[in-house]
Amino acid sequence: MNLHEYQARDLLKAAGIPLSDGDVAVTPTEAEAIARRVGGTVVVKAQVHVGGRGKAGGVKLARNPAEAAEYASQILGMTIKGLVVNKVLVVPAAEIATESYVGLILDRATQKPVFMVSDAGGVDIEEVAAKTPEKITRLAVDPRYGLLPHQALKLALALYRDWDQARAAMKIMHQLYTVFMTNGCSLAEINPLVTTPDGKVLALDAKIIIDDNELDRRPDLAVLRDESAEEPSEVTARRANLTFIKLDGNVGCVVNGAGLAMATMDLVKYYGGEPANFLDIGGSSNPEKVVNALKIITADTSVKVILFNIFGGITRTDDVAQGIVTATQQFKVKVPIVIRLTGTNEKEAFRILESVGMTVLNDMDAAVSQAVALAKAAA
Amino acid sequence: MSIWIGKETRLVVQGITGREGSFHARQMMEYGTNLVAGVTPGKGGRTFEAKVPVFNTVAEAVAATQANCAVIYVPPAMAAGAIEEAADAGIPIVVCITEGVPVLDMTLVMPYIAERGVRLIGPNCPGMITPGEAKVGIIPGSICTPGPVGLVSRSGTLTYEVVHHLTGNGFGQSTCVGIGGDPIVGTNFIDVLTAFNADPKTEAIVMIGEIGGTAEQEAAEYIKKHVAKPVVGFVAGQTAPKGRRMGHAGAIISGSAGTAEEKFVAFEAAGIGIMRRPVDVVELLKSVLK
Repeated sequence: MNLHEYQARDLLKAAGIPLSDGDVAVTPTEAEAIARRVGGTVVVKAQVHVGGRGKAGGVKLARNPAEAAEYASQILGMTIKGLVVNKVLVVPAAEIATESYVGLILDRATQKPVFMVSDAGGVDIEEVAAKTPEKITRLAVDPRYGLLPHQALKLALALYRDWDQARAAMKIMHQLYTVFMTNGCSLAEINPLVTTPDGKVLALDAKIIIDDNELDRRPDLAVLRDESAEEPSEVTARRANLTFIKLDGNVGCVVNGAGLAMATMDLVKYYGGEPANFLDIGGSSNPEKVVNALKIITADTSVKVILFNIFGGITRTDDVAQGIVTATQQFKVKVPIVIRLTGTNEKEAFRILESVGMTVLNDMDAAVSQAVALAKAAA
Repeated sequence: MSIWIGKETRLVVQGITGREGSFHARQMMEYGTNLVAGVTPGKGGRTFEAKVPVFNTVAEAVAATQANCAVIYVPPAMAAGAIEEAADAGIPIVVCITEGVPVLDMTLVMPYIAERGVRLIGPNCPGMITPGEAKVGIIPGSICTPGPVGLVSRSGTLTYEVVHHLTGNGFGQSTCVGIGGDPIVGTNFIDVLTAFNADPKTEAIVMIGEIGGTAEQEAAEYIKKHVAKPVVGFVAGQTAPKGRRMGHAGAIISGSAGTAEEKFVAFEAAGIGIMRRPVDVVELLKSVLK
């Protein structure tokens, strides 16, 4: 789960990390009041879960409170990459002497939290990693012992030679590690960590991703989810316990299992089509899930054909068949449906579907190529 | 004819009285797996399906039944504790099926089991099957048949799809191992490849990867240097959009490492047969196995 910048700032602030002043606003009036309180030039930043906010016009420099209100009214309600902006962060435009990057990620290879710090901050860290990897210092932390003092010192000295700044940075490393471990993060990032002309070390922007698997046992974190900032169809899917991601094509896919779902999308592409979505109905197969899946997919008007690819293991294919029949009785599906079922209880599944006049295939390649052909004919 | 599980396996099911645990325990028994014990704290003394004793702890189960393999079907918040309990009871092979285990829990589990010499498969995996001998997990036994092909995969149903093609075309399996799709898993491709390479009954290896991370590239590098047996491979997620999570926590592309194309390039460089589609496994294996 991605947090908004203002939510990430709140977590850092609670851990004692020095941050610029500022607050979040949902109206231009609130933005104006924050700008007046912090004084001077401020930055008004769209709070939305996509990159490239600045390029899209979602980040503006305001010289006074009136300008802050004006920019806030422009940014609030605007759409960036399909997502509506409902909140803006208003922070003072800090004077910056140096910019660094500090990130903590959960690393697959070492199976530990790993710090990445670089004094080439303020830019895209992936670009730094690709072009000048020697400018990044990496350090894996053993979670049994936590971040050790000499490790924090090494990280701090990679950023600053000034001893006061290094000491301040050391403290921030410990604080960021605490934020990471106590909030079940898979990423916690300060970019940039700046020094001001008078020598202070300050976090200017923060990004935090929380491991979705933490949310069941951490209701305090689960409430941070901002559903208004997500694709509505993806919210509906999550509430129905489905994993759904909208894509740009026209072949709607309903599959059980993430790996098979991706392989199905790949096969759609292989046969010259474009998948409209990723949709995993998961392992258990109550017919209601299938009905919800069909509702979500048929709501997308670009979908020209719906392709079911179900390999019954734990999933009973007769349950899926029953779901398809129930759904098509509940509401009219206007596009053709291509169904591939194989595995557990497939005889019963075929009987259910054929009894209502639907044809069923049991080969994945045959079903995908048929679906692609139908999509092309309808496009 | 196997790696890690077979006729000699004496299995204990942790969470045997739960909904998932009881369903799959029955399936494993029906397949012929030697299921010797179940564990559910507070339900010790019962008998499962009129023949399997249930214990309160894994240690009690091991003392009474000499179980040598554990499979875990407990809720996500209890999974780390269940793995650690099995490790402390002296179980050398632990398979964790549970999906949704917090990743930070796994950072603490890994050094714990490493110190005790335990092999962990998973979490969030379909488990293993040695066709005709033992099934530990949830892979449907009906689609498998004994034979010379070793299969290792990060996914579940996609594994079944490939096994279905294998069995349907006369290629039986030595062992199928689903290592799981989470960012931190106990057993990686290289561990399984090493075991298949040393297993006299495995003549060819099928490897099913996914986008995200660099495990496939590292496996390809290992194959190039150490694996003499023919390997064919697939990577799911060729069409996945960058930076989006596709169901498995593992399947997220971030940065430059982790796209399907990069993995295929690594496969090619290592001499691994490239499956562009799951069905391609058939022709590729025909060309390497008489």
